[in-house]
Amino acid sequence: MTVSNDPLVQFQHVQKSYDGEVLVVKDLNLDVERGEFLTMLGPSGSGKTTCLMMLAGFEPATHGEIYLAGKPINKVAPHKRGIGMVFQNYALFPHMSVEENLAFPLQVRNMSRSDQEDRVKKALDMVQLGDFGKRRPAQLSGGQQQRVAVARALVFDPDLVLMDEPLGALDKNLREQMQYEIKHIHERLGVTVVYVTHDQSEALTMSNRIAVFNDGVIQQLAPPADLYERPENAFVAQFIGENNRLAGTVRELNGEHCAVETVDGSIVHALAVNVTKPGESCTLSLRPERVITNPEPGSVNNNFQANVVELIYLGDHIRARMSLCGNDEFIVKVPNSAGKSALQEGASAPIGWLEEDCRALAM
Amino acid sequence: MKKFTPVSAGILLAMGAGLVHAGTITVVSWGGAYTNSQVQAYHKPFIAATGNQVISEDYNGGTAEIKAQVEAGNVTWDVVDVELSDAIRACDEGLLEEIDHSSLPAAPDGTPATDDFLPGTLYDCAVASIVWSTIFAYDKSKMADGPKTVADFFDTAKFPGKRGIRKNPKANLEMALMADGVPAAEVYEVLGTDEGVDRAFAKLDSIKSEVVWWEAGAQPPQLLADGEVAMTTAYNGRIFNAVASEDKPFEIVWDGQVWDLDLWVVPKGSKNKDLALEFVAFSTATEQLAKQASYISYGPARQSSGPMVAKFHNKDIDMGPQMPTAPANLTNALQNDFEFWADNQDQLNERFNAWLAK
Amino acid sequence: MVASASSIESSSTSGVIVAEDGIPLKAKLARTTRRTRLRALLLTMPLLLFLVITFVIPIGQMLLRSVNHTAVVNVVPNFAVAIQDWDENDSEYPSEELIKIFVQDLARARKVREVGKTVGNLAVRVNYEIPGTASIFKSAARKVGKFEDENYREQLFALHKKWQNPNLWRTLKRISHAYTPSFYVAAIDRQYDEQGNIVKKPEKLSIYVDIFLRTLWLSAVITGICLLLAFPISFLMSVLPLKTSNLLMIMVLLPFWTSLLVRTTAWIAILQSQGVINNILVWLGVFGDESRPQMIYNQTGTIITMVHILLPFMVLPLFSVMKTIPPSYMRAARSMGGSWLYSFYRIYLPQTVPGIAAGTLLVFILAIGYYITPAIVGGQDGLLISNLIAGHMQQSLNWSLAAALGSILLVIVLFLYWLYNKFVGVDNLKFG
Repeated sequence: MTVSNDPLVQFQHVQKSYDGEVLVVKDLNLDVERGEFLTMLGPSGSGKTTCLMMLAGFEPATHGEIYLAGKPINKVAPHKRGIGMVFQNYALFPHMSVEENLAFPLQVRNMSRSDQEDRVKKALDMVQLGDFGKRRPAQLSGGQQQRVAVARALVFDPDLVLMDEPLGALDKNLREQMQYEIKHIHERLGVTVVYVTHDQSEALTMSNRIAVFNDGVIQQLAPPADLYERPENAFVAQFIGENNRLAGTVRELNGEHCAVETVDGSIVHALAVNVTKPGESCTLSLRPERVITNPEPGSVNNNFQANVVELIYLGDHIRARMSLCGNDEFIVKVPNSAGKSALQEGASAPIGWLEEDCRALAM
Repeated sequence: MKKFTPVSAGILLAMGAGLVHAGTITVVSWGGAYTNSQVQAYHKPFIAATGNQVISEDYNGGTAEIKAQVEAGNVTWDVVDVELSDAIRACDEGLLEEIDHSSLPAAPDGTPATDDFLPGTLYDCAVASIVWSTIFAYDKSKMADGPKTVADFFDTAKFPGKRGIRKNPKANLEMALMADGVPAAEVYEVLGTDEGVDRAFAKLDSIKSEVVWWEAGAQPPQLLADGEVAMTTAYNGRIFNAVASEDKPFEIVWDGQVWDLDLWVVPKGSKNKDLALEFVAFSTATEQLAKQASYISYGPARQSSGPMVAKFHNKDIDMGPQMPTAPANLTNALQNDFEFWADNQDQLNERFNAWLAK
Repeated sequence: MVASASSIESSSTSGVIVAEDGIPLKAKLARTTRRTRLRALLLTMPLLLFLVITFVIPIGQMLLRSVNHTAVVNVVPNFAVAIQDWDENDSEYPSEELIKIFVQDLARARKVREVGKTVGNLAVRVNYEIPGTASIFKSAARKVGKFEDENYREQLFALHKKWQNPNLWRTLKRISHAYTPSFYVAAIDRQYDEQGNIVKKPEKLSIYVDIFLRTLWLSAVITGICLLLAFPISFLMSVLPLKTSNLLMIMVLLPFWTSLLVRTTAWIAILQSQGVINNILVWLGVFGDESRPQMIYNQTGTIITMVHILLPFMVLPLFSVMKTIPPSYMRAARSMGGSWLYSFYRIYLPQTVPGIAAGTLLVFILAIGYYITPAIVGGQDGLLISNLIAGHMQQSLNWSLAAALGSILLVIVLFLYWLYNKFVGVDNLKFG
């Protein structure tokens, strides 16, 4: 296979409607690069799973075209697309052993028996289930089933693997472990993965890029760090990670910087992300962990006195709810490190943050 | 009682029905036009005269229910209308109450019942009410020059079309032999030999592929009316009633008819035995039998009823010539031999079923 | 703590764990759960009683009746005992002494009017074995009262030549037991020859084996057609949205709510030679008016009507199984490169096996015992074994033969169930 720089998957102006009245996917344009781990992230009903199903061929696009390796695939039947897929509930065939499950895609391809056995063994070893080949799926734990499902999607060396919320049914610890495993498998094999989830931490952990879906539209497509650090709109800011929002009005706009007046009249200095002119309403977005308690004088250019409403002890950090700039739900994460002066409920505390950490987003 | 006017007697009896005499019997018969004739001629007068209630139930013949009820000791039927061979066999097996012939009413001229009933119509456990017959009939609107003899029934070359036949060897084997040229008087003699049985089945075989089998007496007129068959065997009364009441263009062929009796029996252990016997006596009086014959063309079992049979109850049809026992209809007729069937029906049924299934 | 420590100690010595008050733990547990178990028993009691009364007892009676016929021992009891000493290889006829006992028994039985003990019962029983002998018993019973007290054999043999048939006496000896296999012999188209060996009945009297085979064959055909028809519709119902599938389900179940007789009769109106379908075919010119195909009163009619009646029994278990198969299985198979047909065959079909198994078992067993529909539309070649059983129940009144046929049917069903269990596994069935 020649390595080209063309995207492996292209969505061009794709629309989808189930009932002819509501568009669940509105004018989708998306390129998935070869070898990339791209996550479609969004709340339920945002259109992400529909996109995946259109890519897999189980749902026809109402409008637009999808390209796979440069070829339009709208009219290609699912089984001729050569795409591996991992399903939400694994979809392991209950009447077949693990080996038979893995051998299925190889049998379809008329592979010789010895090749089949080789590949199945390799795939099982890859997910550390070498001894489980003879078992039925029902005799495996959830995590083991998950690994079999991944192995099965990869065993026939597809260029592209789709994963539809594959970890949704696992408990928290197992889920985190599997996130790393899938990530490592991806890195090792260099296969292209399109991953659908509604869990942002999963998306952040695993992806090269994340497409945040809402209301049938991609809100932002960016690497995890960019998405977290530089959300482009209020939805993304709110959906990815925890976020403090302060409503206000732009008073001054100076290139990348702006000054925003909050509802209680305070002035906050922030990065102007997509506000365009003074007088415009906007939302200030500020991560709780970027707020500094008892800042060194002069170290930050936003300084406030906040009332500590509530303190919640969370082990590695303390979560403080404060009243500030007309917002009673202002959250501050205080690292639980030795020597830090403890906050007192009901007391007033000086806090501050850097201008770069606070982003002014048009509403 | 004789001094009362009918009206006051009626009132008194109606009151009595609710007060003193209030008995109820269940009388079981074959349904349709036949049961209706019994209701008109027996049940209604019996209710009016005695103030008792009569519940009418239908069945499809045979003594299975009687046997089941008697063996279970829970007899709910009080009077049952059965065929002769069934009556004899059930009586032999102790399933029936005996009936004292002296309790039957004498003829109007005083002739005792035992002399008035036709020969061979009174038995230990059974009293005949009617003579009925298995004949065959066709739709004359579809067949202008219709069949005349029983041989024509088996001649599908001359008279093409389907044939309706009762799914039972009884009467069919006899008709087959008569159609094959055996005189009525020798039928049972021939049928008593293996060759005779083979001969009868061979005759039936000749039309087997054209046969539509029926089981309930109401079916043959329907098969004819639907055009499902060109001709069919039937109980003569059913065909007559379709003609008389529903104006169907059916014609009966009497040649080769096989006639039989219907008799009243009382299952052993009837909870209303006395009343049941009273009903049997009442309904087989000269007048009731004659009256029944005005509703359906079955011949009364009493000689004294004959002259009283006149016209169909609501039409100008003389009933006399419609009876199986009318002289013109008896020229080539056969009486069903209950003894022959008692001896041979198990084997012939088996043979018949085996033949059907082949 | 001390007490429990001591109880542990005592348990280790005696092997019985004892509660704190010294009562063995097992007894204590039994006592506390006794009330619960009693209540559970009381709750199941109505059903148990119902099953015993409507199921166990009748089947037991049927099995008993198929081997038990008391006419001979009841009607001629002394003779039935005495004739066992007669060696039919020694002499052609029983001794004068034996025949005297027979005649005396017969004379006594003549006066009996008790059900099951009359001469008529005896006559019917012997007639099953030797057709055409019923009347000689009845007429002899009327005449033996006037016999002179000597030469009984001579007087009896003079009544009818059938008395002189040595086989009659051999048969009488053979059936002079309360328990007899002869109804099973008859039920498999066999009979006793003159030497008492079991031999095949002549072809023209053989019927039951053929009908048993036909019943099995027709039931298999009906089950197969039901499966073919029910599978796609069940599949459709399982993938359609709830609203549409409910509508389909109602259409499937609608026949359930109409009386069986009405449905069967409706098929007569549709299929008969002057019926709807034939009229349409003639109108379309497919057949001439004179050559209308016969679609009812034969096997075709039986198959069509029974498929219609039994179809819901196939659809329901299939649907209930298919409903639980997530669409992701087929999608997974297709994403891995299986064509629709291949994926269906390898992945979907095997998972519907519990439904197919339950549906086919249900339909087959129902079909094998079906009575009313073949009776109405079966004509001559669409009759099933249950129709013959009903015939013996209702017309010939040979209940013992009916019971023997019924028992054979029961054994066939049990055998099939066993086969099924062996190959499919009863745990694997899913009825709904």
